[in-house]
Amino acid sequence: MELTLWTYEGPPHVGAMRIASSMKDIHYVLHAPQGDTYADLLFTMIERRGQRPPVTYTTFQARDLGGDTAELVKKNIKEAVERFKPKTLLVGESCTAELIQDQPGALAKGMGFDMPIVNLELPAYSKKENWGASETFYQLTRTLLKEKVSSSDKINPLRWRELGRRPKVNILGPSLLGFRCRDDVIEIQRILSEQGIDTNVIAPLGASPHDIERLIDAEINICLYQEIAEAACEWLKGNFGMEYTNTIPIGIKNTIAFINEVHEKLDLPLTNKEELENKSKLPWYSKSVDSNYLTGKRVFIFGDGTHAIAAAKIAKEELGFEVVGLGTYSREMARQVRATAKDLNVEALITNNYLEVEDAMKKAAPELVLGTQMERHSAKRLGIPCSVISTPMHVQDVPARYSPQMGWEGANVIFDDWVHPLMMGLEEHLIDMFKHDFEFVDGHQSHLGHTATQTKDFLESHEKKGKNSKEGIIWTESGRAELTKVPFFVRGKVKTNTEKYAILRGIPEISDETLYDAKAYFS
Amino acid sequence: MSKVEFNKESGPREVFCGLTSIVWLHRRMPDAFFLVVGSRTCAHLIQSAAGVMIFAEPRFGTAILEEKDLAGLADAHEELDRVVNDLIERRPEIKTLFLVGSCPSEVIKLDLATVAEKLNKRFLGQVRFVNYSGSGIETTFTQGEDGALKALIPLMDSSKEEKLLLVGTLANNVEDRFKKIFKNLGISNIESFPPRQSTELPKIGKNTKVLLTQPYLSDTVRDLKHRGCEIISAPFPLGIEGSTKWFLAAAKAFKISELKVHEIISPLINRAKLALDSHKEILKGKRLFLLPESQLEISLARFLHNECEMDLIEVGTPYLNKDLMKEEINLLPDNTKIVEGQHVEKQLDRVRESNPDLVVCGMGLANPLEAEGISTKWSIEMVFSPIHGIDQAADLAGLFSKPLKRNQILTSKTLVTH
Repeated sequence: MELTLWTYEGPPHVGAMRIASSMKDIHYVLHAPQGDTYADLLFTMIERRGQRPPVTYTTFQARDLGGDTAELVKKNIKEAVERFKPKTLLVGESCTAELIQDQPGALAKGMGFDMPIVNLELPAYSKKENWGASETFYQLTRTLLKEKVSSSDKINPLRWRELGRRPKVNILGPSLLGFRCRDDVIEIQRILSEQGIDTNVIAPLGASPHDIERLIDAEINICLYQEIAEAACEWLKGNFGMEYTNTIPIGIKNTIAFINEVHEKLDLPLTNKEELENKSKLPWYSKSVDSNYLTGKRVFIFGDGTHAIAAAKIAKEELGFEVVGLGTYSREMARQVRATAKDLNVEALITNNYLEVEDAMKKAAPELVLGTQMERHSAKRLGIPCSVISTPMHVQDVPARYSPQMGWEGANVIFDDWVHPLMMGLEEHLIDMFKHDFEFVDGHQSHLGHTATQTKDFLESHEKKGKNSKEGIIWTESGRAELTKVPFFVRGKVKTNTEKYAILRGIPEISDETLYDAKAYFS
Repeated sequence: MSKVEFNKESGPREVFCGLTSIVWLHRRMPDAFFLVVGSRTCAHLIQSAAGVMIFAEPRFGTAILEEKDLAGLADAHEELDRVVNDLIERRPEIKTLFLVGSCPSEVIKLDLATVAEKLNKRFLGQVRFVNYSGSGIETTFTQGEDGALKALIPLMDSSKEEKLLLVGTLANNVEDRFKKIFKNLGISNIESFPPRQSTELPKIGKNTKVLLTQPYLSDTVRDLKHRGCEIISAPFPLGIEGSTKWFLAAAKAFKISELKVHEIISPLINRAKLALDSHKEILKGKRLFLLPESQLEISLARFLHNECEMDLIEVGTPYLNKDLMKEEINLLPDNTKIVEGQHVEKQLDRVRESNPDLVVCGMGLANPLEAEGISTKWSIEMVFSPIHGIDQAADLAGLFSKPLKRNQILTSKTLVTH
């Protein structure tokens, strides 16, 4: 049993709903009690969808449990098939139905329908949303393509040449309630098209069961979101020999690496290599003098595996930040996140507990947080600017404007979204110069003004605590006065470092001089 | 009783479960914590319905059952014990802890009553434990509050003192207004249930006169009757008419003359009518379809027809307690079509066929209906907004006139959705 006040991921059947709702001509009969229908609002409210998710809930009640819930399942399946006439039917159960073991998938298969039926067994007490989405997409792909396995030769990624056409690829993984998927697929399609590569199928987003059957018309698969598509990509590789890409095209370096990987897999010569670095404004914006102030900015990153890893790479290599924390709630991707963290000399945080994330954030004393909507709230409480880089989705993460994360435009969006919450370079420079002027004393800070009161609280609380702390360190008046002169956004760090230094040196009272001694010691 | 047409329907339902009521109950009693014993679905439901992220540390959470908890119930009880200990250590300010049963905990027959009993012994004098079920297999949306209040009744001491007990969660400002009006009427001993602090439970007994503020408290009413309370029969205090009759019924129970009531509330009524006028202008003659969800549908239909002159196409209600709703049903126009239960697909067919001007529905259905050119009002807003009483009648009407007004401003009815 796990105490949860808030969770990054929903249950696995919500993942299945994401696949069903992303696609056309599919219906999902979900054996579930009333109340589970809340999941509809994730799509209709958060994504502002104008259609209901294609889901029929059996909504069994306590009084049904004594009787025949299996009959209820069959009745709902029959009605749903008659009403919605799906080309493929998904059948599954939510957490409660899993306990009563009606086996709705088996029931559906015994009802004599001639459409493909996918029996979804998603263990609700051990798995979560992304796993459910991945498993559903995999099971669906397998069901619709398994008959073609024996009759098909392994797909040669170079066959486009013999066929005398442009190479074709599938873009797999984008789904509803996925972070900026709607725009990422447009960007990636555009990039591939510029390179002379056609998109065969995008799935699950916008695909029909017929499109899934056509997956094998392409030479290779683009695995755009590992959380959703890797299992299906692996199966297609194992059974049809379809290669798939591993590079996630977020950031300039990875977009270029992605284009390289696609070309290599297709044995397509890359002719415009030199142009690629200039496709996005990010490299120049990052190099321009105003961005000097970004150097070494301390950034804390937490999100799903795909976006957290990508963010760490961009932060370090493309914006010149210092990554002081990296973590994910995607346990399935823990290994990769750990590896990335190791390269950055930080310890990876793998957790589904947002309070642990907030604690780690506090300890890391970052100047910028890149996280989910929950980290945005935590960062707000701590007075740290934040940009959202990952699901869980919030209505704000579905902007009206074109706003991808991937590819060239994605890099532009990322530059703006990450840098705007910070103070602009010149602005920061001026504040540093004039920080002793009365306009810049506490209470007069610009758009991060709410930290002002925190400073006061923090000094006052320190006063109380300091005298009683077990180390017995006291901040003298001169020490405190000097601390208030430190710009608010680094004050926490300076305070911690100074205290650390005082303990190290056995200094009982921190004066203004101690502050400078500590500064010299740690620089 | 007016000639109302009663229908029953069954099939797939699109309603929240009783766990959702935690969203307003925890705000009403800030010293209480609601611990759902359930699945990740339960946790996800509450955070999705409540937009929980605004809370640093919310006063509700879920003890999520895992595979090993299902294997052996004894272990599950121990695990729950551990979770509760951790929680109380972390949140020492908790005075009452509600153990809330869910669909999975009910199905595996986790005995929360026994767990609560044990915990009560251990934390005697520090924290009180009560249990109830908010499961979707037993409760619909607002019924969760019924369960929570029923669970508190055994903790209420007996008293023979004469008092007026307002039962059902009210917004604090509305509660204050009601108390002031009752005092002006000459009723001085007034208490509310649930109280603002979970530890300040009212004492009850045979001279307690219960006046319901919400129409979804069937079980609570039954148990209050068992404790000797007198239940005042009245419509619910929504709109001017409902509130007036509600005040009159209370006055009658306290032998206060009708004249006195009219004297006190007439100025309020006049003021409220004036405020209602601009909304009535928009709502008048418009056709209304209410889908079942909050259990307030019948009272809302009565208000929107009688005071705002809307035409009622269909009034859905998750379940119908004819006894509790008697006074409301009497006020409905003849031939009102009440439908108890739901077959959401068939009901949506009827919505489309009847081409209503406004549909009251849950959040899952609102945007899809809007996309079809049908204006909607989400029912969850009724349980979050202060809508009770004469002073709030115009605000209540405003919840329904706003979408119509907006629809007039944005003239294109059907749009391509993205």
